[in-house]
Amino acid sequence: MSKEAKIYNFMGQRKLAAGLSILMLIVALGSLVVNGLQFGLDFTGGTQIEVGYEKPANLQDIRDRLENAGFEGAVVVFFGEETDVLIRLQRGFEPGLGDEILAALKKDTASEMSVRRVEFVGPQVGEELKNDGGIGMLFALAVVMLYVAMRFQYKFSVGAVAALIHDVIIVLGVFSVFHLDFDLTVLAAVLAVIGYSLNDTIVVFDRIRENFRKLRGETPAEVINGSLTQTLDRTLITSGTTIMVLLALFYFGGEMIHGFATALLIGIFVGTYSSIYVASNVLLSMNISKEDLMPPVKEGEDLDEVP
Amino acid sequence: MLNRYPLWKYLLILIIATIGVIYAAPNLYEPDPAVQISGQSGATVIDERTLSMATKALDEAGIKYFGEESNGKSALLRLENLDQQLSAKKVIQQKLGYNYVVALNLAPTTPEWLRSFGAEPMKLGLDLAGGVHFLLEVDTKSAIAKRLESTVSEMKSKLRTAKLRYQSVRLGDDNVITASFKTAEVRDSASNEIRSEFPNLTRESVDEPNRFLIVMTMSEQAVSEIEDYAVSQNLTTLRNRVNELGVSEPIVQRQGRNRIVVELPGVQDTAEAKRVIGKTANLEFRLEAKPSELVTRKEAFPFRSELDQRRFGDAFLERNLIISGDHVANAKSSFDSQTSQPQVNITLDSFGGTKMHRATRSNVGRRMGVLFIEYKTQMDYKVNEAGEQIAIPTQIIEKKIISLATIQSALGVQFRITGLDNTAEASELALLLRAGALAAPMYFVEERTIGPSLGAENIGVGVKSAQIGLALVLVFMLLYYRVFGLAANIALALNIVLLIACMSILGATLTLPGIAGIVLTVGMAVDANVLIFSRIKEEIANGLPPQSAINSGFDRAFTTILDANITTLIVAVILYAIGSGPVQGFAVTLSIGILTSMFTAIMGTRALVNLIYGGRRRVEKLWI
Repeated sequence: MSKEAKIYNFMGQRKLAAGLSILMLIVALGSLVVNGLQFGLDFTGGTQIEVGYEKPANLQDIRDRLENAGFEGAVVVFFGEETDVLIRLQRGFEPGLGDEILAALKKDTASEMSVRRVEFVGPQVGEELKNDGGIGMLFALAVVMLYVAMRFQYKFSVGAVAALIHDVIIVLGVFSVFHLDFDLTVLAAVLAVIGYSLNDTIVVFDRIRENFRKLRGETPAEVINGSLTQTLDRTLITSGTTIMVLLALFYFGGEMIHGFATALLIGIFVGTYSSIYVASNVLLSMNISKEDLMPPVKEGEDLDEVP
Repeated sequence: MLNRYPLWKYLLILIIATIGVIYAAPNLYEPDPAVQISGQSGATVIDERTLSMATKALDEAGIKYFGEESNGKSALLRLENLDQQLSAKKVIQQKLGYNYVVALNLAPTTPEWLRSFGAEPMKLGLDLAGGVHFLLEVDTKSAIAKRLESTVSEMKSKLRTAKLRYQSVRLGDDNVITASFKTAEVRDSASNEIRSEFPNLTRESVDEPNRFLIVMTMSEQAVSEIEDYAVSQNLTTLRNRVNELGVSEPIVQRQGRNRIVVELPGVQDTAEAKRVIGKTANLEFRLEAKPSELVTRKEAFPFRSELDQRRFGDAFLERNLIISGDHVANAKSSFDSQTSQPQVNITLDSFGGTKMHRATRSNVGRRMGVLFIEYKTQMDYKVNEAGEQIAIPTQIIEKKIISLATIQSALGVQFRITGLDNTAEASELALLLRAGALAAPMYFVEERTIGPSLGAENIGVGVKSAQIGLALVLVFMLLYYRVFGLAANIALALNIVLLIACMSILGATLTLPGIAGIVLTVGMAVDANVLIFSRIKEEIANGLPPQSAINSGFDRAFTTILDANITTLIVAVILYAIGSGPVQGFAVTLSIGILTSMFTAIMGTRALVNLIYGGRRRVEKLWI
């Protein structure tokens, strides 16, 4: 890489990108309002069924049978004895459910079993998680804005938070549009996306700040393009390694990790995109200039000269 | 000279790495499947004889075991095959009978020298290894009775304020409140008053010779609201109790109308688990009864401390309670700043604060008692007709005074209890006050061990995918950054070791998504190294000589890494402070990951790079 290396004109496409982002946000928000999220067993609760077998039970067989009978995502565990099995389903409690399960388990098999108990179970996470989580998120955004405004400048904090909100809404939106199960592991993934997106944005901002300070007659758009080009190498490698891990989890990880990997894969793509086309874009739209980033030390010196 | 670390920095890294390895190492030793035998009551002795009966049962069933040991209170038998754990439990239980608790256990195989550092492996989550399942029943009846009692006392004071003379207001056994009046007119206006003040009571007027009654019952809706409140309040308390840091991955959920399921991973020692959940206690704050008080309005209680009991004997408290323990938001032990006497600072919620203020403002100088109520389950054993021994649980309620102190001034949301003998007593009281925040008593109904919720196959693919992901990152770094990539990979390995060490020390539970999370952290943790290496490459492109390029690359990337990580850390800290349960757990892991990755990526990689290139006079080309 030499000094005269090609500078990619990222900001040339900013209007197009802004349009794309707005479109994605509208679709995501629309779907979240209309469809909502399809919450998993962790959030909704469901029905718990205790089944007693005559002979030791084969759990994998039970899992497969339930899957085939349309009870997806059932949790099946041994309950104290090898002959007792506890099944948790997302389906809400209804009177005929026990018989339905029994029919599915009995189909084409000689093994004898009986349903001992069918009961409703509540969600694994409390209501307070939703409320506190929402408040926590808002509070976290406020503090991040404050910190970025302090370390950089308020225009940067608007950009960073805009990118963050953009990413979270789009990840949730994808889960809503495609009716993917939203469970606790997906929640963890969304929180991880927040961490990743913020990290990525700050790295880009850092370079933009640096380049604005040693500005020599370039326009703001040129500075931003230059900074994005300089960090492009790093952006691609970091997102690349993370995506490698996620692809491995996605393809080989099995059902349990699937949702987690899906949410993060979307999150990493959107998070990388948003650092360039949301965070930097906002910065440019707010007319960021060299004056915004004059090191604050100088102000102090000026003040000292006042008698 | 550029790129040389002082000796102390190398030593510091070495020491931290060693500590990390020691505390992470126990996770390498796979635990043995085992069966644990303990007594139903503390008095049962588990000795060689019990052990030999158990081993005989296993021999007969053809189950291979080893390393059997007993310590008088419990015995542990390790099994060779995990699949035989449940059948081993069954045959031993049959052999020993129901005076013994036979539980599944996973016996750690951590070597003695590691255990001497207090190093222990992480617990495996419910999805990977199963755990123990408890079913608790919330005594909603007593919650309703308690609510009605306070309704009665409130009603009396409302009627008095409204100048409506009543003969009596009583709570019957069947949760019926009966108020009796001399004339029909007073009764009718009282009925109106009650309608507006207590809308959730259904009223019925009954005329009897010489007295006019209002018979009141709570509406079905109000009853179920109280039940819901009691169950959900207990649910929250239990969640906080079993998952203080948010990293223990339990399941706590409601089952049916008034039951709560608690599933704990790994703690297959059920006695231990019961101790954690089982503090089913409650508190009541009541005024001390005046000596002139009617017998029907006061109750005698013993003191909890035996010393106080001997000194004062039973004390009389009013039957009316001011508030109960579910309104205690927090309690901490501390010292009085002036007298340096131990004390307990109590914080109530706003409802509790209002009630407390109202009750104490007109009673300064009287004493207030804190009543500690414990619900215990006692097991009686009987032989039924079929000759089987069955356990019959009986519930006992114990009410004792933990503190009786003079009210110095009107109390509000925050107040303190003084007059405690020593700091131990103060911290115990604070603990009891915090633990006592149950809205209604709870009983253990059932306990069972449960197997892993994921099949062996699922666990296998999950772990394998994590390994593949990790390997891909390592190979990529090595190919792309060569010598520097090697340094980064060593730092990454150290990062994983430190992360696992911290999680083990915190007592975190490892689940399959948790493993995926750790690998993901690695994928993201390379970022710091990538930032540094990209900078070094840039500096070389700008024409700096290798040594200065290394130095300036590390220096200039540092602020970027710091800014990026601190911002993420802020998010993690706030999520921890405000979130609950799994969100908190995630925040803890994320914070640890950020800190360890900053340490290893910046200091660790630098140390390695310095070792390789630092001090060399002539470095022509960097392998980067």
